[in-house]
Amino acid sequence: MKSKRSLSMDSQKKETLSGRGSGLESEYHSTPDTVCDVSTLSVLIRKKNVRVVDVRKEEEYAKEHIPRAVSLPLAKILEKESPARCIELLQDIGVNEDLPVVTYDDTFGALAARVAWTFQYIGHQHSSILEVTFSQWKNMGFPTEKKSNSYKWQPHPLKINQSIYADLAYVEKASSNKVLVDSRERLNFLSEHIPEAVNVPYTMLRADGRVLSKGDDIRRLLQNRGIDENSELVTYCGSVGTLSGLVYYGLKLAGLKNVRLYARSFKEWKALGKPKTEFKDANYWDLSAE
Amino acid sequence: MKTRKDASHSHQKHIPKPRRNPHWGKEEETNIFAERVKLFRTGKLSEDDFRRFRLQHGAYGSRLQMDYSMVRIKVPGGEIFPVQLEKLASLSEAFSIGSAHVSTRQNIQLHWVQLEDVSEVMRGLVEVGLTSREACGNTIRNVMCSPLAGVCPDEQFDSTVYSKAIARFFLRNPMCQNLPRKFKINFACCEKHGLVRIADIGLVPMTKDGSQGFRIYLGGGLGAASFIGYLLEEFTSEEKLLPTCMAVVRLFDRNGNRENMARNRMRYLVNEMGWEKFQKMVLKERSIVMMTTALSTESMFNLSAEEEDQYLPKENRNGTKLRMFSEPNSSNTNAYDRWVHSNVIAQKQAGYYTVFVTLGAGDVTANQLRVLAGTIRELSMEGAARNTPQQNFAIRFVNGNDLPEFFNRLASVGLSNPGALTITSAVGCSGTTSCNLAITNSHRLAKEIQYKFLELGLDTDDMLFDSTIKISGCPNSCGQHEIATIGFFGGASRIGSVMAPTYTMLFGGSAGERGELGRVVMRVPAKRVIDTVLNIIEIYRKERGEGETLRQWIDQVLKGEAIGSIRDIEDIKRALAAVVQLPPVDQQPESYQDYGSDVRFTAKTAKGECAA
Repeated sequence: MKSKRSLSMDSQKKETLSGRGSGLESEYHSTPDTVCDVSTLSVLIRKKNVRVVDVRKEEEYAKEHIPRAVSLPLAKILEKESPARCIELLQDIGVNEDLPVVTYDDTFGALAARVAWTFQYIGHQHSSILEVTFSQWKNMGFPTEKKSNSYKWQPHPLKINQSIYADLAYVEKASSNKVLVDSRERLNFLSEHIPEAVNVPYTMLRADGRVLSKGDDIRRLLQNRGIDENSELVTYCGSVGTLSGLVYYGLKLAGLKNVRLYARSFKEWKALGKPKTEFKDANYWDLSAE
Repeated sequence: MKTRKDASHSHQKHIPKPRRNPHWGKEEETNIFAERVKLFRTGKLSEDDFRRFRLQHGAYGSRLQMDYSMVRIKVPGGEIFPVQLEKLASLSEAFSIGSAHVSTRQNIQLHWVQLEDVSEVMRGLVEVGLTSREACGNTIRNVMCSPLAGVCPDEQFDSTVYSKAIARFFLRNPMCQNLPRKFKINFACCEKHGLVRIADIGLVPMTKDGSQGFRIYLGGGLGAASFIGYLLEEFTSEEKLLPTCMAVVRLFDRNGNRENMARNRMRYLVNEMGWEKFQKMVLKERSIVMMTTALSTESMFNLSAEEEDQYLPKENRNGTKLRMFSEPNSSNTNAYDRWVHSNVIAQKQAGYYTVFVTLGAGDVTANQLRVLAGTIRELSMEGAARNTPQQNFAIRFVNGNDLPEFFNRLASVGLSNPGALTITSAVGCSGTTSCNLAITNSHRLAKEIQYKFLELGLDTDDMLFDSTIKISGCPNSCGQHEIATIGFFGGASRIGSVMAPTYTMLFGGSAGERGELGRVVMRVPAKRVIDTVLNIIEIYRKERGEGETLRQWIDQVLKGEAIGSIRDIEDIKRALAAVVQLPPVDQQPESYQDYGSDVRFTAKTAKGECAA
């Protein structure tokens, strides 16, 4: 087991060591606002000091889930995505301002990220995603359970956190310091994207066996790209902000401070007939073996 | 010079050991690359200097988009391990398009990688011992070896370690860092299998009086002007292998044309100088090399270091030669039987088979690579795959009893298409999907042909099996169209008042030691290529002599000696005149568009980087 370096951007974050026998070496810090490693989550579950949120479909939750987890499918959040409705959902699963929330999915972390981001957006400070998917959690030998959990209603104030949110106006506003980050896969990006956007596909930030790479590795990727740590980064993807939600967390993990999610993403941009950059001079799609 | 140790082993093990890390890559080169990109982006490194550096490290500019690269990963000898396939899967998802691509020279290419991410791809390659170093640029490119080396019933000995030792010797070697132009070395297994006469140096293993050596061909190569290589001497002993290669490289380095980019491959030098003169110079240079090469230099050529510590079944020396094809096809209703028939061949080791995995023009998804890796680990006694020049994978040392299991695993990820060893498995370079020089979408056309021909069951016709179709998107021959039975290279023609993508069709090319270049027949509009080939097959079926395969018939037509109503090329042209006609553009605009495009065709190209 190698020793760990702390994130240079955030000195107050505590180092945690994970000694899993799976060969998976976690270098995540169990920071409240990014990614929660499996050992930290195990401890938190044992201490009953966490709300684990399963964002998969209800029927998947019913079959098996992480102990003490509560079901809150992403679809419910997106149903009527009003902050007032979302805060009710948070209250209904018994989360107050101080209780850490850890979300997970079985879709490489993208759905979990979108839910965790929503909680942060409506004012919950301690909202993170699990470093692995449900399948990976299970394969690593961590316990699961079948019984359905519910928790007593807790009060939670609504405090919109505008600093992590981008709407169309924000995306369109000219700013020399702003970097639009297209989180979709390369072929989609080449086909069409918002002018001036850079492509950081969600696949670029993940690691074998984990939904996101280590912060240091992500930081190196961004440095290679010449993306300044003080930039305002705005992530977007194709439809509702899931892939870009994951990239949002990847960028936060790398220690970038100013990251926002354009939740309505390219779907809205296109629907409104906004300008696009299209690259038509090559038949790159024909290289895919899909 | 260290010679190859006898690799006889007393017992067999059933589970292959994981292969050693071959350490082709170097970690420091990844950091240097990242730094150079930054210098280039900030204007501190000129475009020309950066391009040379980038190509030397295997990153080629993408079609009309220089912010993206094609990273060409060398696979020396074509041999690739499961852990490497898995790493390529991850890298293709992270930095490329989620698919990797097997090239006609046994490289694996990742396309549309952002220039700033190339160093990260290189970092991943280093972890599994691969490199993209000298995969492009004016250096010694990937050293090829027949994918059947070691299992071919007709070979004299296994040339694999020789190919890897030669690759190791020249990689990063100062003597070949700035050649007049790229330089290609290909090893065969036998006289039939291998691209030895279309390489700068082509080598066929042979034994003479009990000692090992090679027949070496020099000065061949495909391109806008192609040449067939010349035989240097009847037998070149193993001791003279390295000095011969060194001598040729040195001669080329000194005498090659550094002015005219279009004529600076070694084949032009040989052609201009005349073979006899060049041959004499090589032999003289070799004597000098042998007298002057330091022992420390010689020791860099180390065959035993490339030996794999594997326990493999021995060949049955007393047995009769095994057929290269399995039993004739009795029924093609069963997908497994059909696959075995056209994708599996018997090895010289009794009871063991080489399985060819059918790809579409060399494309393979990340998920397919992962499943393939697992299958190789469990079902190949040598725990490795070979990339083939036909853009497929060959997995060797598969026990006959495991073939159904092998098939099922391939089927689970859509890799169980039949036809890998038949006319259906068309070769196509990347064409307009990523290449600056391409005029047409040769890549898609190769896939369309495969799809259509498998649908028609042409893989089950044994009279077609020894024919090949190879397609390039321009005259430069990356698709090796000149060694195909029916080859095509892309261009643009005015038809009526409109430009349309067209291909020039060639007949009668072949690989191997008796390889010949194809001859131009006629131009065919891109959207008529499939119908034209089907027409040719139809004519052949009517005209052929008793037991004559398509390839043999085409050879007869080329000689003007076919026995039916179609006797020669002119007859064929007349017979195909109708099928190559396009209706007026207003009646059928799509016939004037290229595959994968719904807009009017224009021949857009940019400067190639091959010779930069």
